[in-house]
Amino acid sequence: MTVQTHSNAAGDGGLRAWLTTETPLSRRQARLGRAYLGWLTFTRNKLAMIGLGIVLLLVVMAALAPWLAPYDPYTQDLSNRLMPPSAANWLGTDAFGRDILSRILYGSRLTLMIVALVAVTAPVAGLLIGTVAGYLGGWVDTVLMRVTDIFLAFPKLILALAFVSALGPGIENAIIAIAITSWPPYARIARAETITIRKSDFINAVRLQGASKVRIILGHVVPLCSSSLIVRVTLDMAGIILTAAGLGFLGLGAQPPAPEWGAMIATGRQYVLEQWWVATMPGIAIFVVSLGFNLLGDGLRDVLDPKG
Amino acid sequence: MTNEKPLLEVENLRISFPTRTGVTQAVRGVSFSVGREKLGIVGESGSGKSMTGRAILRLVPSPGVVTADKVSFQGEDLLTASEKRLRDIRGRRISMVMQDPKFSLNPVMTIGAQIAEAYRVHSSAGKAEARRRALEMLEAVRIRNPERVYGLYPHEVSGGMGQRIMIAMMLIPNPDLLIADEPTSALDVTVQMQVLAIMDELCSKRGMGMIFVSHDLNLVASFCDRILIMYAGRVVETCRASELHEAKHPYTRGLLDSLPRLDDTRPELPVLTRDPAWLEG
Repeated sequence: MTVQTHSNAAGDGGLRAWLTTETPLSRRQARLGRAYLGWLTFTRNKLAMIGLGIVLLLVVMAALAPWLAPYDPYTQDLSNRLMPPSAANWLGTDAFGRDILSRILYGSRLTLMIVALVAVTAPVAGLLIGTVAGYLGGWVDTVLMRVTDIFLAFPKLILALAFVSALGPGIENAIIAIAITSWPPYARIARAETITIRKSDFINAVRLQGASKVRIILGHVVPLCSSSLIVRVTLDMAGIILTAAGLGFLGLGAQPPAPEWGAMIATGRQYVLEQWWVATMPGIAIFVVSLGFNLLGDGLRDVLDPKG
Repeated sequence: MTNEKPLLEVENLRISFPTRTGVTQAVRGVSFSVGREKLGIVGESGSGKSMTGRAILRLVPSPGVVTADKVSFQGEDLLTASEKRLRDIRGRRISMVMQDPKFSLNPVMTIGAQIAEAYRVHSSAGKAEARRRALEMLEAVRIRNPERVYGLYPHEVSGGMGQRIMIAMMLIPNPDLLIADEPTSALDVTVQMQVLAIMDELCSKRGMGMIFVSHDLNLVASFCDRILIMYAGRVVETCRASELHEAKHPYTRGLLDSLPRLDDTRPELPVLTRDPAWLEG
């Protein structure tokens, strides 16, 4: 990789020169320099930066919701219901006179929670199933992959709907349902990677040192598969948000009065012609955040994916 | 052969690969035994020498089928041993150095972690103890700055260093028998001798047996005590390394004749002509 000179104002010249030197004095400096070059590649992608900005904004919004929100998201003010956007209520009020801006701010917490919980469960399950199937092969592979195929045969939202209806509506069950429906693609990716890895010499080398199958899968195969999975997860986050909002919209996700964005759209549906802002504002929030995650994922793939 | 009981005895080993077009026999009835000595197995590509090494550890890739009258290691039958028992034997008692360190080290684990893991698989040692042993072992294979190398990734070291690391990794559980499958063929000639010297020193110091698989006749002759010459899945000749120049089999003779010598007076090097009769041994 060549050393790039960038004229943006990130840090002073001394630090940048230290990071981009061609003759690093220590390993730490070399590693930091590599990370910095990766960061430069990332920042050159304008859209990815916008995505990063949106996601960071979402995190800040969620963290500071109690301080940023002008009103309590649950306080009803029936004399003030369905007010259009104004100086007092920037994004208007809903059917119970609750401030929509405050509800969107608090709703970002729910959105982030869903994304985070699904992102730590589904890929882990998919990774385990995929690596076990790929490494052991034979009938284990056949059984696990046919189960995966069955899950993949249903549209994601329909399957999630079925699970939530069976488990009962609620945000926890929505998260479980989304996780259950989103592991199969990860299992497929992990299995494909494992099959290319399992025949390699270094796996033979640990085998002939007497390592057990569990040790090989967890210690040697899983770390090698995870980079491509991480990239895939960031790209899938928008899908997770949309599924969660879809479940909320159908009344199967977060329950009222929780300020979940999908549920907010559902309640605004009946006023959509006269009081358009009730449904539109949370809709814009979902749109912007999904876009942000997609742009960020795309940019991360360019930087992280070794095959890119 | 040494007087004591051999470490490994192999009798009538056969490896075949059933394919759609018929059964390919990679190894056809090989018998030998190894004591605490250096046994060289020499042969051309496809003569079954690597497969023989792998079959001892039952690491022949599927769909290969291994049959033998006897494969016993210190009195224990390796052919019928359970997978669990084999795991104890692999690495702890028999280990194997493979051809190319670029492919035989895990690219996402540090070198130190891999050597330490090799040690911990077979002992109940803690992390600190394993680290200490790994550093000692790195020093034993003449790596100058073990502390630094411990934290490096395989792509950050040279081929010769990688192979020495591989040797460290394979010798750290202190096995009785080391199978070296062309350990030097991916290395520069200058580094080859250094790696061989390290292997030789460590093996004789620990009193280990070694099976050295190679296609380099001269290298094997100078390095090993005894040589098996394989051709098309059979052992065509066995001789002491020092008596290689007196070899009788026409294949061995042909191989020896086709090597150029510094003091050569022949105007042309003879090309090995193969006799179909050799296939039948």
